[in-house]
Amino acid sequence: MSLTFAIVVFPGSNCDHDSYHAAKDVLGQDAVCIWHKETSLAGADVVILPGGFAHGDYLRTGAIARFSPIMPAVVDFAGRGGPVLGICNGFQVLLESGLLPGAMLRNRDLRFHCEQVGIRVERTDTPFTARARERQVLRMPVAHGEGNYFAPPELLRQLEDSGRVVFRYCDERGEAVDAANINGSAHNIAGICNEGRNVVGLMPHPERACEASLGSADGLLLFESVVSALVQEGAVPTR
Amino acid sequence: MKARVYVTLKPSVFDPQGQTIADALHSLGYTTVGDVRQGKFFELDLNAASADQAKSLAAEVADKLLANPVIESYRVEIL
Repeated sequence: MSLTFAIVVFPGSNCDHDSYHAAKDVLGQDAVCIWHKETSLAGADVVILPGGFAHGDYLRTGAIARFSPIMPAVVDFAGRGGPVLGICNGFQVLLESGLLPGAMLRNRDLRFHCEQVGIRVERTDTPFTARARERQVLRMPVAHGEGNYFAPPELLRQLEDSGRVVFRYCDERGEAVDAANINGSAHNIAGICNEGRNVVGLMPHPERACEASLGSADGLLLFESVVSALVQEGAVPTR
Repeated sequence: MKARVYVTLKPSVFDPQGQTIADALHSLGYTTVGDVRQGKFFELDLNAASADQAKSLAAEVADKLLANPVIESYRVEIL
């Protein structure tokens, strides 16, 4: 059985085809790109909000994309338990749309960071990390200027207490030290999930780390995880 | 009618841009300048019957789009 990955394309998305390539060519699943002015996800099993600069990132990153015509369908899909992955700009769109809590600030050093980083898997109970080991360190690239995750202290406590921090920036030994925190994110947070655990957002780019020739194939784990999570459930709950 | 909306980071949120500008001013010798906060400013042309209506419309769009309430607050002025 093949799953269908729907990749939402906003004006300014630039990692849409990388996600398409990862799902279709590397993983051998079905994949479709869906223009943001569509209103239906056309029977998708997994939704990806890709990286890039949706609507030019004018006003705030992800702020205008939140009002794209496709977003009610994404919110509805997420509400029915469908797996949604927001990568980089897609993560920012999830924050602005309220599917995930918190907000992004400029990187604390005001520099755009484009480099390979280490992130530690904190939780394996999301569809995108089901095949990871707890505390497994993954290498993948980041490319962002506003990835400094912010949440008020009470919300941070809630996220930690309910185990919703999914990835943390870490050094080679897997320690979440400040030196590994490339953008200044609260608690070294690189990715979080919603209460239902089906919506995951992260700043690093797993789709750009799906083949050894790209410098790392660690990102494939996220794609393989969601496939095995859905296949294990025996079907596609969201169609 | 014109409305001005000023969006600023909440006082509890670190503003690296404002901090960098403050550092630059200090290195220029403006040691009497303390903290600097950077924000955004919008000027809206509104079709509204009264200043009150214009103000509530401007506040509505600020709430919905112009400001992110997690990190920012805003102030509306009617001209």
